[in-house]
Amino acid sequence: MTRRRLQRAGRIARALLSSQYALMLEYRAEIALWALSGVLPLIMLAVWRDSNGAATAGLSGAQLSHYFVAAFVVRQFSVVWLIHVFEEDALQGRLSPYLLQPVQPLWRYVAAHLAEQATRVPFVAVMLAALAVLQPSLLWIPSLSQLVLGVLAILGAFALRFLLQTILTMLCFWSERAAALDRLALIPYLFLSGLVAPLQAFPPAIRRLADCTPFPSMVAFPAQLLAGEAVDVIDGFARLALWCAVLLPISLVLWKLGVRRYGAMGA
Amino acid sequence: MDGHHLHRIGRYGRSLRRFWLSSLQAEFEYQLNLVVELLAVVGNLVGSLFVLRLLFGNGASLGGWSWDAALVVLGLYTLLDGFTSCVLQPNLSQIVNHVQNGTLDFVLLKPIDSQFWLSTRSFSPWGLPGIAAGLALIGWALMQRSSAISPLGLLIGVVLLVSGALILYSLWFLLASLSIWFVKIWNATEVLRYTLVAGRYPISAYPAALRLVFTFVLPVAFLTTVPAEALLGHSSASWVFGSLAAATLALVGTRLFWRYALRHYTSASS
Repeated sequence: MTRRRLQRAGRIARALLSSQYALMLEYRAEIALWALSGVLPLIMLAVWRDSNGAATAGLSGAQLSHYFVAAFVVRQFSVVWLIHVFEEDALQGRLSPYLLQPVQPLWRYVAAHLAEQATRVPFVAVMLAALAVLQPSLLWIPSLSQLVLGVLAILGAFALRFLLQTILTMLCFWSERAAALDRLALIPYLFLSGLVAPLQAFPPAIRRLADCTPFPSMVAFPAQLLAGEAVDVIDGFARLALWCAVLLPISLVLWKLGVRRYGAMGA
Repeated sequence: MDGHHLHRIGRYGRSLRRFWLSSLQAEFEYQLNLVVELLAVVGNLVGSLFVLRLLFGNGASLGGWSWDAALVVLGLYTLLDGFTSCVLQPNLSQIVNHVQNGTLDFVLLKPIDSQFWLSTRSFSPWGLPGIAAGLALIGWALMQRSSAISPLGLLIGVVLLVSGALILYSLWFLLASLSIWFVKIWNATEVLRYTLVAGRYPISAYPAALRLVFTFVLPVAFLTTVPAEALLGHSSASWVFGSLAAATLALVGTRLFWRYALRHYTSASS
């Protein structure tokens, strides 16, 4: 019985992923531009390198460049745009046929994101290759364990970002301005995740504050793993798992309530 | 100037007022937005100041700029970002929709210049908090300095700021009008917005190679660093003329490019 169900889930996953991948390939040009728009960590690297701040925090040039290049890769593969497509789908009534299918519609969006990340791979590779040609000193070759742990942490970071945005997306059912709230949530993510400044440079009090939020798990932890910094691996993954465990039930409850409301709108 | 010209300018002025008043009426339907935008501006500003503080560390300068001077650059960035939200984003992001839905045809038929209509039709008040915050930050940072700002420095600074805004407009317009050929690159303007973030910091904080890029390829230098230098009273003639020349070139460039683009526009169905 369970084997049957697993087989069925596998078939559904394959179908969703391959169809979404085919769809995403159509949008290659756009995805290339999105990849290009993720240069923020590299710009920040350029500012940080010769700054007094780096010297004050005791960060060497190599440490900074490894960290920010890793943060660039993490950001590339943890971008979540669920709210923009979902809002449109709910508004236009495209959600209705999805609701009739015997699979939780959110899986369709998860598959779309994973497919988009797969489409991104060559563009990110080209950008890293360009960096390797222009500034070979910026790059390094991570060990196999760093790579495996880093990729796992990126997947975890993506899951966490996806869950957080799912919660905000479900507010679409109640308000037309859910996307605006998502924009607000982006601000603490930007400044506390380690995307624009390494957490080591934070004053201790703000560092502790940041560590109480899910944001450092979304960029700093996977980036440190990839960059080969000494980090507490168990603690980092435990935090990721804990935050996912907190956000998952909330998003599922909101989904249930939201869908009921969607029906009530008569859409 | 003869009466005909005056009449024409008056007509464009009246149109602009109508455009923006009707946009405001539509936007104020969403009062929640005001709260969200205020919070966003405050949050972004606090975050930017925090990161700037971290970049200074225990030192007294960033790329040779003092804290107050760097605040002027950040203020100018905030101001231009507000301008982007007020005018550039709401208007120029629509060009691709006009191309896709074929409504560009109607725009071209209107008895008004199409570039003017496309660039000024909407006005979003949600960039105003950013503009106010930028102005406040610039003013505050300038008051912190021991030497008072000279009227000439202020005048040159304002001229260079306008010049920077025109360069910014031209970049947006060029990218947005590319959608006449490539409908799918509508988010090229997003790339622009994310790379212009570099303008939060003085140009001298970047490595030499990037400084060249930020001056000649993606002229971030003219947007924030050059006007800031003028406001701080140490602008150089070469940068002033460089900025004015870049703005003129950029504006003439958009004009020629738009004409060229329209010659290639074949409407949605054909």
